Amino acid sequence: MRVIAVMIRILLQLKHDKRTIGLMIFAPIFVLTLMSFIFNGSDYHPKIGITNAPNSFINKLEDNYARVTIYDESEAHEALNQAKVDAIINFESGVPNVKLEGSDPSKNGAVIKLIQNIMQQTSPTIKPDITYLYGYENMSSFDNFGPILIGFFVFFFVFLISGVSFLSERTSGTLERLLATPLHRWEIVMGYLLGFGAFTIIQSSFIAWYSINILGIMMVGSFMLVILITILTALVALTIGTFISAYADNELQMIQFIPLIVVPQVFFSGLFDLSTMDTWLQFIGRFMPLWYAADGLRNVMIRGKGWNDIQGDVYVLISICIFFIIANVITLKKYRKT
Amino acid sequence: MQEVIAKDAESPLCISVEHVNRFFGKKQVLFDIRLGVPYSQILGLLGPSGSGKTTLVKVIAGIDTATSGNVWLLGEKMPKLLLMNKIGYMAQSDALYGELTAEENLRFFASMYNLRGAKQKQRIAEVMSLVNLSEHLKKQVKQYSGGMKRRLSLAISLLHEPQVLILDEPTVGIDPVLRKSIWNELYKLRDNGTTIIITTHVMDEVEKCDYLGMIHDGKLIASGTPNEIKNATSSNTIEEAFLYYGGASK
Repeated sequence: MRVIAVMIRILLQLKHDKRTIGLMIFAPIFVLTLMSFIFNGSDYHPKIGITNAPNSFINKLEDNYARVTIYDESEAHEALNQAKVDAIINFESGVPNVKLEGSDPSKNGAVIKLIQNIMQQTSPTIKPDITYLYGYENMSSFDNFGPILIGFFVFFFVFLISGVSFLSERTSGTLERLLATPLHRWEIVMGYLLGFGAFTIIQSSFIAWYSINILGIMMVGSFMLVILITILTALVALTIGTFISAYADNELQMIQFIPLIVVPQVFFSGLFDLSTMDTWLQFIGRFMPLWYAADGLRNVMIRGKGWNDIQGDVYVLISICIFFIIANVITLKKYRKT
Repeated sequence: MQEVIAKDAESPLCISVEHVNRFFGKKQVLFDIRLGVPYSQILGLLGPSGSGKTTLVKVIAGIDTATSGNVWLLGEKMPKLLLMNKIGYMAQSDALYGELTAEENLRFFASMYNLRGAKQKQRIAEVMSLVNLSEHLKKQVKQYSGGMKRRLSLAISLLHEPQVLILDEPTVGIDPVLRKSIWNELYKLRDNGTTIIITTHVMDEVEKCDYLGMIHDGKLIASGTPNEIKNATSSNTIEEAFLYYGGASK
């Protein structure tokens, strides 16, 4: 079948272009690793301001490498406002009142963990009273946005590579040459889908496996569902990338679509908290494929949900894919009517 | 404007172009082209670059569609997907996958024409020896020289033994010795029944064609056998004739 011939050709081209394979697999891995270093740094030593606390408590803090400063009330609040300390602690009748600066979830976590540890050892019955200056308790961390990043990087790199490779098919004249053969337009589109699809199965599986097993992103759901969603994300990126490439004349113009097509999806996919935005603005996310990928991945990885809860996302992704497959077949009409 | 080539021929035409106009937006690039090519003949399309030769052959090959007018090929109206099986097309730019080896390119295009298995292997060997590239079969195409790429493109267009061969400037960058052997091959194909359209702006190649069509600014300004054209303008060479028509059309 000609579809298979197109698929094999794409895989052969990839095989000859080791650097692209490397980019598609190792660039996401590299960036995810860097981000896990940044957001998962476990060796952070919190800076703590004390207004009133027993000496034993202060000693314990210092034993645990916290950097402790003693303030009076007003100084302490100023220090917290200016983020000179991560938290201030004030003991009132034996109960520690902890006020966190709150803007950085990893620092919050470090402070809370430290104080809980100390209280466990000294007086396990007393619960510290924790309040936030900025932010809130369950603010996202790498665990929280890791799933989105997996979806995003798969989307980004597949979008770019498939778009550029379809573009070069056009600019090098091979597309025209292909259309001088009895090949159907749909056969080109499906060949691309299968060729890159076969490759993205490997890519997506590897990225998901690496994120979960090596970087230790929180993962309580089914690995197969994670793979399913990442592969669908890749296929959506592929069909959108090839579609968009019809509107670019060269690789640079393809790159120019990134801020238009890819970046907005990051903002609306849930990487940033949108709950404070107007409802109609939040609704924009529903028009972005990455929102569904992120929603599905988060539900599986963080909330451990199964097929029933993510099938909506899966159907939407499949529909987007089919929509752009048809759009691609129609767009090719520009080059040959039949 | 000249009449259809070989209009007096008894035999049916293999390729017939009827009143073809082609617009790109508001710009007209082909003006009422009328052209007929009998079976087993070589038609040379001659004209300066930008004259519309490539657009015309694309319309004939079914890649492009005329804005108005018809193209008939092998008795059927173009464009038609099934007819693509019977056309060999060589584009002006080498449409090859540089990352792939020559063999991988050939196999890929052979599959497009549903050529497979032993037959595929045999045809690949035949066309590659024809263009003298047999020993470079396993080489990546991006390591090929310009002339080698031209020859590989030609080889690909011959793979499926098409009845109609459309070659857009096939001999650019090919040395005279090889050019001669390619022309001998084209004659052989013609004598075996293949109808060939070839575009060129190399004057010495023009005399080798059975018929000529001269294109200038999207118009067919002259057509006929090389001798007819020379006689009609009382020129000694095709080049003179071409200059005569080129000047006259202004």
